Amino acid sequence: MLEIKDLHATVDGKEILRGLSLSIKAGEVHAIMGPNGSGKSTLSYVLAGRDGYAVTKGEVLYRGKNLLAMEPEVRAAEGVFLAFQYPVEIPGVSNTTFLKHALNAVRKHRGESELDAMQFVKLLRETMKKLGMSEEMLKRAVNVGFSGGEKKRNEVLQMALLKPAFAVLDETDSGLDIDALKVVSDGVNSLRAPDRAMLVITHYQRLLDYIVPDHVHVLAKGRIVRSGDKSLALELEKSGYAAFAKEAA
Amino acid sequence: MAVAATPSAGGAYLERYADARRRLAAGSAPWLEGWRRAGAEAFRGAGFPTIKNEGWRFTPLYGLVEGDFSVDAPAAPFDQSRIKGVTFGREAGNRLVFVNGRLRGDLSSLKQLSPGIELLSFAEALASRPRLVEAALGTAPGLAGHPFAALNAAFAADGYVLHLAPGARSEAPIEILWIGSGADKPPVYHPRNLVVAGNGAHATVIEHHVGLCIGAYFSDTVTEIALGEGAVLRHCKVQDESREAFHLALTGARLAAGAHYDSFVHSAGGRLSRNEIHVALEGRRAQCRLNGAYLGRGEQIVDHTTVIDHVSPETSSKELYKGVLDGRARGVFQGRITVRPNAQKTDGQQMNRALLLSDKAEIASKPELEISADDVKCSHGATAGELDDVSLFYLRSRGIPEAEARRLLVEAFLNEVIDSVALAGMRLTLERNIARWMAGPA
Ligand SMILES: Nc1ncnc2c1ncn2[C@@H]1O[C@H](COP(=O)(O)OP(=O)(O)O)[C@@H](O)[C@H]1O
Ligand SMILES: [Mg+2]
Repeated sequence: MLEIKDLHATVDGKEILRGLSLSIKAGEVHAIMGPNGSGKSTLSYVLAGRDGYAVTKGEVLYRGKNLLAMEPEVRAAEGVFLAFQYPVEIPGVSNTTFLKHALNAVRKHRGESELDAMQFVKLLRETMKKLGMSEEMLKRAVNVGFSGGEKKRNEVLQMALLKPAFAVLDETDSGLDIDALKVVSDGVNSLRAPDRAMLVITHYQRLLDYIVPDHVHVLAKGRIVRSGDKSLALELEKSGYAAFAKEAA
Repeated sequence: MAVAATPSAGGAYLERYADARRRLAAGSAPWLEGWRRAGAEAFRGAGFPTIKNEGWRFTPLYGLVEGDFSVDAPAAPFDQSRIKGVTFGREAGNRLVFVNGRLRGDLSSLKQLSPGIELLSFAEALASRPRLVEAALGTAPGLAGHPFAALNAAFAADGYVLHLAPGARSEAPIEILWIGSGADKPPVYHPRNLVVAGNGAHATVIEHHVGLCIGAYFSDTVTEIALGEGAVLRHCKVQDESREAFHLALTGARLAAGAHYDSFVHSAGGRLSRNEIHVALEGRRAQCRLNGAYLGRGEQIVDHTTVIDHVSPETSSKELYKGVLDGRARGVFQGRITVRPNAQKTDGQQMNRALLLSDKAEIASKPELEISADDVKCSHGATAGELDDVSLFYLRSRGIPEAEARRLLVEAFLNEVIDSVALAGMRLTLERNIARWMAGPA
């Protein structure tokens, strides 16, 4: 599904990703763990196509296509989704308007009919109910005045509506209490399917009790320095990142 | 290519249209003709303002001074079906339609005027209500010494007159549609409008200025408003002139105690537009709200100038103008607030925010506070910014195409001020206008 080969990327002229390779097959969930500043968010932004993140070497194939050549909206419409570590507040745009535009844009790209207001609201209500979200969040502007937990739930809501084939979750668990963590994990788990794949970026082993990964990778200084199964996460929890940071140097 | 607009340019302009003035004079009452002549003399002395004149530094009148207009230009022929697309439909039960500044009775309709409300053209009012016109004319703040008020007086022939008896309430909004339409020569017109509201009267006036032609024209409008104690006037204006038009509008409002003037201006058309509003808060607790949403692209100059005079104690003024500028457009916002020594406990708030979509677009903001009382609350602010990259990326990362994402963000920026418009149908019209504008130049 996703093939990252020897990826190098710079931000403001500084090389952050330094030869990252990763292969994710349909149906798999991969976890990336790593210390702060190791390049986890940089990787997720490069995959989503944010300006200012320049790829200097390597390639990323998504379902066999050159992902890096696509505009961000095309990536999204093709099924790539990034749950932001820091969801963006957009004053003046209501959350409902935002979600409807997003869903209909993606549906249009897929050759599906756009939903009218009634159909959309019905789908939205059902989805929110499943995620245990209050409808009050729909009237407010996108992420404005949302608590940290509400912002993360809103990311999961977007993911549940857009039903991506490949989702990257960038520290969606950080700052969540146990209840919120369960909601987020349920949302993610309900999307698990043989034709989908996920990349779960986290700082804590805790999340991986809820979203059990098939593979765990350790990222240090812009490179994957170790890969293993879920037991690697437990090992990291005990020993910390220090040993891996040395490996990367 | 700046044309030096010296006072002699005023004289030359008057000479060019001397015939039209003679035609106006024939059959006019002596007091009216005297008033027009005084206007002409004032304009002869002042001439067109130049960028050297106070208040006109950012608003050069290129193309206007040397323009060859026609005062009595025949309009291109059109009928009711042609204006359907530019009216507000059901929300307006009463509509006056002016073509090149002259009332077109055949296109107008007056159906649901409540008791105590008179709505007629300036020309009709001169015939049937001369004393009302004579008493109201030239009394609004901001007119004295203003070159375009003087020019307007010299040629004033038509306009609308709205008279509200004390306590009268217009349930349905009153719509005034202004159509600029040139056939051979670009027209010029000088409408003079009068709104006189008795104590406790309420009315809503919607004005729509459109061009049903491609070429230039010059609209030089003066609107005089006098609100009695506790009277309320909501005044909503959509300026959607043709891309070559010159739109100069001067409004002066005088408010007695407890009166409320609520103005909203949407400026989108014209190669040069200036919407200038003067408000004198003369009575205690008089209040005004002046809001605006403007759009500019290409070489457009979009000027909003406000002058608020807090004369009495406990008066309040609130201003919020928000604009989106693309291409090489220039926005101008000048806001003066004066607080007289006696006007304690006044509240004056002023804000102009501009969103610049291109690095060639510009905004000139000039706030001026002149405060002579000590117990007052006054604030002003101006911001200029670009679309937020991070917001744009967030929207696009959800599949929303870039153009649509930009439109959502521009609408979001303007929403704050569009939401202040009370009429739902008007908000829809504005939203549609903005969406159309974002879709690109026609
Ligand atoms: N916009 C930016 N400008 C400059 N440096 C940045 C920017 N974003 C990230 N960095 C730097 O890139 C490195 C990796 O950051 P990031 O990918 O956010 O790490 P992580 O998500 O693993 O904590 C850090 O050293 C950070 O300081
Ligand atoms: Mg991060």
